[in-house]
Amino acid sequence: MEPAPHPRRGKILPFVPDGESWVARHVRDLPRSGIRDFFDLVQTMEGIVSLGIGEPGECTPWNIREQAIFALELGKTGYTSNIGLPRLRRAISRYMERLTGVRYDPEEEILVTVGVSEALDCALRAIVNPGEQILFAEPSYVAYSPGVVLAHGVPVGVPTRFEDTFRLRAEELAEKARPGVKALLLNSPANPTGTMVKEEELEKIAGICRRENWVVLSDEIYAELTYEKPHRSIASLPGMKERTIVFNGLSKAFAMTGFRLGWACGPAPLIAAMVKIHQYSMLCAPILSQEAGVEALEHGAAEVEAMRRIYQKKRNYLWRSLTALGFPCHSPEGAFYLFPSIAPFGLSSKEFALRLLREALVAVVPGTAFGPSGEGHLRCSFSPRMEELEEAVGRLSRWMRKSFPKKSDPAARS
Amino acid sequence: MSKEPSFSAELLHLLEENSLRSPELLGKLLDREPSEVEQEIARLEKEKVILAYKAIVDDEKAQRRTVKAVIEVKLVPERGGGFDRLARRIARYPEVTSCFLMSGGYDLLVFLEGSTLQEVALFVSEKLATLRGVTSTATHFMLRTYKQQGVLVGDAAETDRLPISP
Repeated sequence: MEPAPHPRRGKILPFVPDGESWVARHVRDLPRSGIRDFFDLVQTMEGIVSLGIGEPGECTPWNIREQAIFALELGKTGYTSNIGLPRLRRAISRYMERLTGVRYDPEEEILVTVGVSEALDCALRAIVNPGEQILFAEPSYVAYSPGVVLAHGVPVGVPTRFEDTFRLRAEELAEKARPGVKALLLNSPANPTGTMVKEEELEKIAGICRRENWVVLSDEIYAELTYEKPHRSIASLPGMKERTIVFNGLSKAFAMTGFRLGWACGPAPLIAAMVKIHQYSMLCAPILSQEAGVEALEHGAAEVEAMRRIYQKKRNYLWRSLTALGFPCHSPEGAFYLFPSIAPFGLSSKEFALRLLREALVAVVPGTAFGPSGEGHLRCSFSPRMEELEEAVGRLSRWMRKSFPKKSDPAARS
Repeated sequence: MSKEPSFSAELLHLLEENSLRSPELLGKLLDREPSEVEQEIARLEKEKVILAYKAIVDDEKAQRRTVKAVIEVKLVPERGGGFDRLARRIARYPEVTSCFLMSGGYDLLVFLEGSTLQEVALFVSEKLATLRGVTSTATHFMLRTYKQQGVLVGDAAETDRLPISP
C-alpha cells in the first residue's frame, strides 16, 4: 500500500536565502576598502614590484623569532590572562615610560591586544555612544573611518593639505568643536603621509581637547620610526594622560606584523571598559606572540635602531628619486611612506596607479584609499628591501620618461 | 634615537653591505651629492681604511672543490715584539686567507684554503708547525658553510610580503 501523502508537502514555498538583507545596515553601507580593490587586481598579475606594502620589508629579528620557537618547545600553547602576560605588561610599562616619559600601571592601565587594530576597535566600542563623533586628520589610516562606523559613531575627517605638509592644525580642529564630538583620533607619525604633529601644535591640540572634554585616541605605532626628531606623545603633556588612550605595538618598529601584538595604555576606567569587550570577543592575544613580545621589548632596542637607520637611508633614496622625476613630495619625518603629489601629470590617483601597475608593473596605493583628501597623491612605501626599491625606481623612471617625457626630465623642467 | 653615526661610518656600512653601490645611489641614501661620496671613498681607500672589494661566493653552487681549515696556533712571544712579527710572517703565506690574534687557549686563529686535504695538511706540518716560535697547532677542517661574512648561504629569501597592505 502506498504511504499517504504528507499533508503539507508541496505547500511550503522553497526557501530562497537573501544574504544581503541579513547584513546590518551600518555594515552593508560601509564602502569596500580602496586598498582591497587594488590588492585584488595586483594579485592577478605576475612580476610586480611593490611600493604598496604597509609593513616592514625585512623579517622579524632572529632573537625574537627564536624566542617564539622556544616558547612553542616549552609547550606554551594555552590562554593567558585576558589583559596579557604579567611579564609582558611590565615590559610594556617600562618600554612606554622610556618612549613617552609616561608611566602606566601594568595592572590597571595596560591591555595587551591583537595588534593596534583590535585595541582601537575596543576603545571605540568602549567610548562611543550611537551618533557621537570622532575627529581625525584626513588622509588617514584606512581603518579609522570604518572603525568608528562599526562602533555606531560618526567619523569626521579634518582635511589636511599637501601645501601644509598634511599637518593637523589646532585652529581647524577647533572649528569642528561642537556637542556630540567625543574624541580626537590622533596618528603621529602618520600613515599615509609620514607627517608628525609639531610640538607647539600638539600643545594647542591638547588645550582644545581639555577645553572640549574630548578623549584622545593616540595611535603611536610609528613612534620609534622618526628621522629628524624623537616622537612626542600627547599623553606626556600636562593633564593629558588622564584623557588619552595611547596605542602602540610591535608590528612596525620590530617588524612583527604577523605576530599581531599591540596594546593600549590609558586611564584605568577606560582600560577596564575595553577589557570587557576584549575578554568576550578576543579573550587574549596569542601566547606565542606575547612570549616573543617580551623578548622584543627587553632585547630588541639595538635591532630597532638599526632598522630605523636603514629606513632613513631608504627614505632619502626614494624621496630624491621621486623628486628628480618631477613628483612634488615632502620628505616624511616619520613612518615609512612617501605621499607624493601627481598634480603635474594630469591623472587621478586611481588612473595613475592603475597605469603604473599595468604598464610598468609597479604597485603603489592610490591616495584616495586614505580618504578624499588623498586624491592627487600616491602612497609609496620605502620599507621594501633595497634591491626592490631600486627595481621599482628603475621601472618608474623608464615609464615616466616614456609617459610624461617633458615633466619627468629635469633638463626639460628647468 | 641615539647619536647619528658619521658620514664615513654610514658610508663604510653601506659599502660593506654591497660594495657595488654607485656614488649616485650612495649619495641618495645618505642625502649627499655623488661627488662628496666619491671624495670620501677616495680618502678611505687612500688611507687604507677600505682595504679591498670582494665578492662573497657560495662555493657549493660555484662547484668549487677547495678545502678549508681553521688552525689554532700556539706561539712563544718574542721579547720586544710579542706575537706581531711571527703573526705577520704567517699571514703572508698565500694559503692563509685570514689570521687573528686571540685570547684564550691558543694565540693565533689561522684560516687556510687549499685544493686538497693533503695540500692543507702538508702546509701545516711542513711550513706552519716548523716555524721557530710555533709550539703547537690544532687543525680543524671545515665541512659546510652556513653563513659567511654576515651572509646566509643556501637559504631561501626570508620574507614573502603581500604586495598591497594597509
